[in-house]
Amino acid sequence: MLRKLSVIAAVAGLLTAGVAGPALAGHGPLEAKDVHWSFEGPFGRFDQAQLQRGYKVYREVCSACHSMSLVSFRNLGDKGGPFYDEKYPNSNDNPYVKAIAKDYEVADIDNETGDAIKRPATPADRFPAPFANEAAARASNGGALPPDMSLLAKAREAGPAHIYSIVTGYVAPPAGLKVDPTSHYNPYMAGDLTSYWSGSHEHVPPGGFIAMAPPLKAGQVTFDDGTPSTLDQQAKDVSAFLMWAAEPKLEERKQTGFAVLLYLLLFAGLLYASYRKVWKNESH
Amino acid sequence: MSGHSTYEPKTGFERWLDARLPIVRLGYDSFVDYPTPRNLNYWWTFGGILSLCLASQLITGIILVMHYTPSADHAFASVEHIMRDVNYGWLIRYMHANGASMFFIAVYIHMLRGLYYGSYKAPREVLWLLGCVIYLLMMATAFMGYVLPWGQMSFHGAVVITNLFGALPVVGESITTWLWGGFAVDNPTLNRFFSLHYLLPFMIAGVVILHIWALHVVGQNNPTGVEPKSKADTVPFTPYATVKDGFAMSVFLILFAFFVFFMPNALGHADNYIPANPLVTPSHIVPEWYFLPFYAILRAVPDKLMGVLAMFGAIACLFALPWLDRSKVRSMRYRPTARIHFFIFVVACCILGVCGAKLPDDQIIPGLTTFKVMESDLNSFVWLSRVAAAYYFAFFVIVMPFLPLSEKTLPVPDSIASPALSHPAAAPVEATAAPEMKG
Amino acid sequence: MAVAAGGAAAIAWPFIDQMNPAADTRALASIEFDVTKVGEGQQVVVKWRGKPLFVRNRTKAEIAKAVADDNASMKDPEKDSARVKPGKAQWLIVGGNCTHLGCVPTFGGGDYGGWFCPCHGSVYDTSGRIRKGPAPKNLIVPEYAFLSDTKVKIG
Repeated sequence: MLRKLSVIAAVAGLLTAGVAGPALAGHGPLEAKDVHWSFEGPFGRFDQAQLQRGYKVYREVCSACHSMSLVSFRNLGDKGGPFYDEKYPNSNDNPYVKAIAKDYEVADIDNETGDAIKRPATPADRFPAPFANEAAARASNGGALPPDMSLLAKAREAGPAHIYSIVTGYVAPPAGLKVDPTSHYNPYMAGDLTSYWSGSHEHVPPGGFIAMAPPLKAGQVTFDDGTPSTLDQQAKDVSAFLMWAAEPKLEERKQTGFAVLLYLLLFAGLLYASYRKVWKNESH
Repeated sequence: MSGHSTYEPKTGFERWLDARLPIVRLGYDSFVDYPTPRNLNYWWTFGGILSLCLASQLITGIILVMHYTPSADHAFASVEHIMRDVNYGWLIRYMHANGASMFFIAVYIHMLRGLYYGSYKAPREVLWLLGCVIYLLMMATAFMGYVLPWGQMSFHGAVVITNLFGALPVVGESITTWLWGGFAVDNPTLNRFFSLHYLLPFMIAGVVILHIWALHVVGQNNPTGVEPKSKADTVPFTPYATVKDGFAMSVFLILFAFFVFFMPNALGHADNYIPANPLVTPSHIVPEWYFLPFYAILRAVPDKLMGVLAMFGAIACLFALPWLDRSKVRSMRYRPTARIHFFIFVVACCILGVCGAKLPDDQIIPGLTTFKVMESDLNSFVWLSRVAAAYYFAFFVIVMPFLPLSEKTLPVPDSIASPALSHPAAAPVEATAAPEMKG
Repeated sequence: MAVAAGGAAAIAWPFIDQMNPAADTRALASIEFDVTKVGEGQQVVVKWRGKPLFVRNRTKAEIAKAVADDNASMKDPEKDSARVKPGKAQWLIVGGNCTHLGCVPTFGGGDYGGWFCPCHGSVYDTSGRIRKGPAPKNLIVPEYAFLSDTKVKIG
């Protein structure tokens, strides 16, 4: 057990030594690209068609390595979710959701024999992780741990724009940068490349190394609604989907907020009127 | 303050209760009939706003505990359970998380108001001290609350703050081990922080009662700093102060709601949505915004023990303030020089806040390399924070006690209602110091 | 009076001492680690007693740099040879927490070729000695022994 733990830790160490460097003297990553999202602004809402496309990208590409352990299948059919249908207020009954869940297998225990078994997932199950544990995930990915995607869009400063920038931002490493064969240069990745750079100290390239190879390319996913499957489109859609996965209550929050603000403005106005009335004859 | 009570029980039940437990009388005397200086401005509404903040934090906090699991293995997931599955859980959690920031915005304004108008001066020293105790308890509560979601910032914030005690000579290490309940921040630490995070707000509520009690003994200060002398100087608390406080609260709630509903994560850190990992420190670790000035003071000092002492000293200055300030004039409205220092002080605090959020060696003006003093470039945030921290302390230990020796003050009005000198604009510029009129 | 005070102190102690590490926490085992997993110029982070531990396979240049600085002015002067086991100068095993406030420093930052702490800017050299910044002490060298050429027992 201890041996196993130390292996995990060992690989973690190798990785962090390369990736997580402090932003010294401004050799930070490039600022994330500016993307327009449908869910921006006080009245922003998720674009359901985009979420469906984004889900397809996640299903067919990302989910091979990235878990999404905080999201359940039923969430896909929740209000604001990619497969929400008014006919099924209880997302557990949503046939789309049921069909999606059935495609996955989850681990369970046989009630009678007590053996470990696999069974088709139900809408109540969470998305199963592609790897049994962290060590297995690292072993299959050259030592790097693909981060869980449930909160990814909120766990980065720039949010979904960061995901979009990473996925679309791969460029050939500048001459003079020593790139390890298992990693890739990405100017939007956090890190400090000073110790890998042979050129002058002032011109260290922005960004860092990422273990993930460019994951998307044009035409990789066929969109059911006929949207042209460009790299840009896929990246945008999957980033929007991940924002939904991270903040599924975003629409509800903004709608409630609008009503609350309206009420508070009215309330404040009324109180101001009473304040003026009460103090009318008092000098102060 | 008000001498005798004017409460008259109207119904039989009220008379019966009043003879046994005069609680309605207490409420009436404190919040209805209580004489309030008539010239209180909007800076005086933050006391009421703070009560609202405390109530909101207590209610949302107690609700969150119904769904939260204090365990290193489950804390992060249980917070996400609140966000995703609990009915309106997202609302309650965002209210609690942003409520903490709102609480601190209000308390800082409240404290600066006290500082500007001399509300800490005799006879209000105990009132001020109780306020400082509340502030200290708030900081402890907020720090421990931030640890509970057990994200990356939670964990490493807890590591940094608990290690502060390790700076103490001899006993430091034993104290940190005792605080952690282990050899590192781990499950025992999370559990005890949870226990204390639940306890401290009730202690705050207790000290708030003492704070209000002390306030009602000595009476409210006011923008002139002159004690009310007659009925003409005051108005009854209800409806005059109640309606004004109510209006201010509703405006404050608009700001609060704006953060909760439209930018709920703006005041937090993205890294805290990554579960805690003891093996990797986030590349840019900073505390919550309301601790940034103290964090900058800590980092401004190159020695560990001295840095910790400076940070605690910055808070200790607040406690000592009533005895540091030797001015005879209470309100800075009549102290033009002190007023300039006050505004520099506010700017210094803001600069410290900015420095606390930056990496110490980052350049203030990018690209400009000057020369190094004490191993750091002069054009770096660490030097800016040193300058600002020096002013912070100078304000308390030099300006406060020694400025009054040579300070020219404006004439202070005889009473609040006296219109002739009620505002500095109306006062002659070349006026000499007027002794404070004791009310 | 004295009896009452003594009794109060005696009853207070259990309430204070309960916060100290519990028996299961104190019973932390030592760990064994196979150093062949660390390539030259690489570092591995092992979790030990809930904290990270750096196991670093230093290059010749790094060792030379550390030895050359043995007599430089330092906050916590220590010879490089005192921080490694005799004949095993390439293996540097140090606690992975900054001695300032316990953050985990990252390798490859700072001006001394060693670690840089992102929290408050402490800089350590290739021997893990504090060279700049607020940390008072060198990175701590834990108790450890080589069981064989490739296996090390820590703790």
